[in-house]
Amino acid sequence: MSAAPGASPREILIATIADLLDGVRHVAVGASSPIPAAGAMLRRALNETEGKPPVRLSILGSVRHNFFTNGGVELFDCAAQGRIDAFFLGGGQIDGEANINLVGTGTYPETDVRWPGSFGSAYLYFVVPRVILFREEHSPRVFVPKVDFVSAPGVSDPGTFRTGGPYALLTGKGLFDFDKERRRFALRSVHPGHSLREIEAATGFGFDHAAAPAETPQPRAEAMRLLHGRVLDELAETYPDFAASLKDERAAA
Amino acid sequence: MPISQPLDVLAALIPDGARLAIPADYAGVSMAMVAPLLKRGAHGLHLVCVPTSGIQADILIGAGAVATVETSAVTLGEAGGAPAFNRAVKSGTIRLMDATCPAIHAGLIAAQKGMPFLPLRGLIGSDILANRQDWRVIDNPFADERDPVVLIPALAPDVALFHAPAADRFGNVKIGRRRELATMAYAARSTIVTVERIVEGDLMASEESAAGTLPALYVDAIGVAPGGAAPCALWGEYETDTAAMRAYAKAARDPAAFADYVAALTGEVPA
Repeated sequence: MSAAPGASPREILIATIADLLDGVRHVAVGASSPIPAAGAMLRRALNETEGKPPVRLSILGSVRHNFFTNGGVELFDCAAQGRIDAFFLGGGQIDGEANINLVGTGTYPETDVRWPGSFGSAYLYFVVPRVILFREEHSPRVFVPKVDFVSAPGVSDPGTFRTGGPYALLTGKGLFDFDKERRRFALRSVHPGHSLREIEAATGFGFDHAAAPAETPQPRAEAMRLLHGRVLDELAETYPDFAASLKDERAAA
Repeated sequence: MPISQPLDVLAALIPDGARLAIPADYAGVSMAMVAPLLKRGAHGLHLVCVPTSGIQADILIGAGAVATVETSAVTLGEAGGAPAFNRAVKSGTIRLMDATCPAIHAGLIAAQKGMPFLPLRGLIGSDILANRQDWRVIDNPFADERDPVVLIPALAPDVALFHAPAADRFGNVKIGRRRELATMAYAARSTIVTVERIVEGDLMASEESAAGTLPALYVDAIGVAPGGAAPCALWGEYETDTAAMRAYAKAARDPAAFADYVAALTGEVPA
């Protein structure tokens, strides 16, 4: 496989997400998540060209990209039935046990900083097998030792019904796996242009890593070709500004 | 009685302190009713956001009409956080009932069925559950081993309020595939709907249109308000007015500018 040299940071994130989604049948993406949506669209395109089973993509809030006719509850029913294989969650804070906080900082309820709220996280984190934590900003204020409010816990005690949970953590600096037995992240790779030392300084919790971690691979040429072909066109339907900026970035590269 | 009534008459049907269910920004928000509610001086409302809200909740909160917010999120989406909501949280002027989306649906569905509660997976170990004294955890009575499950009590709003493309002269309302609007209406004690237009014919007359119709049985009052969801989108009709949403977000970040915005909205001063 030949690599496309010099992919941009966003292209690497998109291609990494497409890799993380290998094997899924149905992936759901939040309304304002262009990078996860692009990754899912790339996975769908790759599966088509590789002759793999088709990938369904539901973009929440989109009229065109959803398969639901039973209102807002259907996403959760669909997940309950095991029909959603992958979903993305973020967090104003994420800690080393993969707890996420979408509510705010300080003491609840009169938080110093209030974020929108937990949305469906406290449910979907339990029932979607491959939850990808995605947060571009990799800083100590995001990756904290302990979240101020648990919107959804990363792990549950034995005996608590749980078919889903954290599968990976992707940031602007690196990619982590999560070991739910050990309740701990392990650095899988460092994105080009970043370093282990930089990631350690920007992460408020401890994590496992190799002495010299791998570098996140460049997107394969085929992935770049699809991304800048049909995926950009598909993306432009829902995220026109984002698609245009990716296109400009490539033209300038 | 005419099928549609003036919006100020509808506003009088939403009493102070009412538990008021409102839909998410994509489902059909009756923005047209915000000004009549504020002009009436509505206060003490308990908003039930199904399952989230945006500009509608933010304006009502900022204008002092709201005592309690029961929601999974309040956000202006692409335009950013909800400034009036965030200020009210920080100053403790509203009571918060943070939820997760399927829990709001579960409470409404329990009310729809006349049941005391609905069980829901997830939630265990979250601070959402820890802060909801009205929710319970029981052991699944059908399991052989320990299996904790959360019970969400029935959530019966006093009033459900939303905006839809059309109603017919019989009071049937087109809701398309937005079935949560039906759930809200089934669960609520009364339902008030604003619509873009009143259409000729009977929405219940054909299978095709009846499938996307909320029957008049569940509808208590209708008002005509063209463009009544704006600046939110209305499915099948118009997109979000992004510029208007950003203009609101900018104004709402400054309490004085927010007051001017509300004064213009309610016609106290020219916009």
